[in-house]
Amino acid sequence: MRQTEVVEICLLAGKIMLQSGAETYRVEDTMIRIAQAFAIENAQVHATPTAIMFGYDITAPTHFVRIEERATDLHKVSQVNSISRHVSSQQLSIEEADKQLRQVDQQRDTYPNWVQLLAAAFASGGFTIMFDGRWSDFIPAVIVGGIGYGMMRYLHNVIKIRFFAEFLASILLGVSAFFVVQIGWGLEIDNIIIGSVMPLVPGLLITNAVRDLMAGHLVSGITKGAEAFLTAFAIGAGVSIIFFLVR
Amino acid sequence: MIVEQLLVSFIAAAGFAIIFNVPRRVLWQCGVVGTLGWLVYTLLRLLTIDTIVATLLSAVVVAVVSQIFAKWFRTPIIIFNVSGIIPLVPGGLAYDAMRQFVENNYDQAIPLAARVIMISGAIALGLICSEVINQMIRQAKWKKYVNT
Repeated sequence: MRQTEVVEICLLAGKIMLQSGAETYRVEDTMIRIAQAFAIENAQVHATPTAIMFGYDITAPTHFVRIEERATDLHKVSQVNSISRHVSSQQLSIEEADKQLRQVDQQRDTYPNWVQLLAAAFASGGFTIMFDGRWSDFIPAVIVGGIGYGMMRYLHNVIKIRFFAEFLASILLGVSAFFVVQIGWGLEIDNIIIGSVMPLVPGLLITNAVRDLMAGHLVSGITKGAEAFLTAFAIGAGVSIIFFLVR
Repeated sequence: MIVEQLLVSFIAAAGFAIIFNVPRRVLWQCGVVGTLGWLVYTLLRLLTIDTIVATLLSAVVVAVVSQIFAKWFRTPIIIFNVSGIIPLVPGGLAYDAMRQFVENNYDQAIPLAARVIMISGAIALGLICSEVINQMIRQAKWKKYVNT
């Protein structure tokens, strides 16, 4: 049945995009475009960060996909985007689009883990300088930022509760910043922590949340905002624990 | 001093682009967007313009450049937007606010938290502004096309 196949492609595309951190309006837009390319004119989509609903007509049965995990993988977003573009311009058949989307879904991260770790570490160092830190705090911030980001990635795999993984990683970050200052490598613990905490901060989520809210996607905006707030709270509380202990 | 700021903002923005798994072929452009945003921000700050206004204007710059790059390299705008915005995110302020909260200094924490919210709002507003302008330009072109 052709219609079921189109519905499957649309839902797969939407699922990949939402799991990779695309904006809600882009997800809905892409799904409707794909549907229109296969002559489904009156498709109805409702995407939220946790689920997508899709019906090929108002009276038709609604199809539903649950989104369990969310990460940030903009390479996948851009790939699905270009697939949907090819579909709209009738360059791809249903079978080919399905095959390509499945490939994208199976794909691993664009950059190996150690490259991401190094990137996070050096970004931390950069932020320390940008927040008016001294150059002597650059290397300590690189080390602490690397530890913080590495722990976050590791704990996310081990602990299924997101909030707790972020909380633990931030505690470790605070403790290692304290040690770096204690043994005399770093000077100002505040600047080191601010810089190295940045890779954990949910900047993408916050901007997406406000964007969705302003674009009228109220449910997604509030959900993403809540997620961002929880993460920010976990990080803030975790990092500050060191001050409790030391005081 | 500005040169070193530009260098570190490029490192930070490109680093974040890698964390966000940006496609390899647009990696350095992401760094450039971040650097431009931070350049505008530091210059405005040197002119002693208020942080919130400076953030708003640099967010607009980031959004405009992102839009141009998105058209140019045929990728979703979110790729450039997100990495460009990163240097403007008020991480330091948010940290200060949180630290004051934890140390029970609520009276000092609240103004800091309010500033964080205002700056995040300014970033979002800047992004939206450029999008609205872009849509208006598109519509204007379309009308001209219909009339002729």
